[in-house]
Amino acid sequence: MSDSASKPRPQFRNLSIPQILSYRLPLAGKSSIFHRISGALLFLCLPLVILPLFAFSVTSPESYAAIRGWVANPLCKLVLLALIWGYLHHFCAGIRYLLLDLHIGVDKVSAQKSAGVVFGISLALTLVFGLKLFGVW
Amino acid sequence: MATQERLGTKRLVVGAHYGTLDFIVQRVTAVIMAVYTLVLAAGILFTPDMNFESWRNLFTFHCFSLPLGQLLATLAFLSLAWHAWVGVRDIWMDYVGSAGLRLFLEVATVLWLVGSVVYFAKILWSL
Repeated sequence: MSDSASKPRPQFRNLSIPQILSYRLPLAGKSSIFHRISGALLFLCLPLVILPLFAFSVTSPESYAAIRGWVANPLCKLVLLALIWGYLHHFCAGIRYLLLDLHIGVDKVSAQKSAGVVFGISLALTLVFGLKLFGVW
Repeated sequence: MATQERLGTKRLVVGAHYGTLDFIVQRVTAVIMAVYTLVLAAGILFTPDMNFESWRNLFTFHCFSLPLGQLLATLAFLSLAWHAWVGVRDIWMDYVGSAGLRLFLEVATVLWLVGSVVYFAKILWSL
């Protein structure tokens, strides 16, 4: 039916973990893999963490206040911080992809620059929310 | 097979819609969620002292007796679920070679997301 299936293409599937770790991805590649990791993180945490938290925040003034009590736990703070980072990175990198789809910044130099901007904005905002979360101000 | 088209000299493209729907859905749902995020962020920023009532009001406000807050949140959440389906399925397709395991993971993903939608709807629409 299809001649593309009859001719086997070379496959490189036997990569080992140390090999993957030793590859130095360009900034755009790092943004891409973190986009995937943060998306998977948000997907997994959605019914486990995010929705229960949402339920408690809107149900009653007592449950709203109870969240403050849990967040006092440093482990909860770290989970929340990871989710905040995940959302911000996924958001910023996603906007970058939408712009690339519109053929904005497709050349090598500006694509690399925009990947840097993604990390800059998402990490800076994570820092701001993190400082707020840990009660620095 | 008269409708098959050759791309370039080698590649014979077969299939129904070549993933165009998924491609468009991924981008449209992304824009919907991004806009909703900005609307919600503006709502939070322009609430001087956030408390339970004003937080809840972001999701329950009415506009001419229309439950606009709940409608917007529902539409954004449905976008999220469809977006997550396309994205997570991409992950399974990229890394899971075994067709049986992939089918299992895809079914699990659908159950996970449909469960989340029902859970969210129950929280939101019982307010």
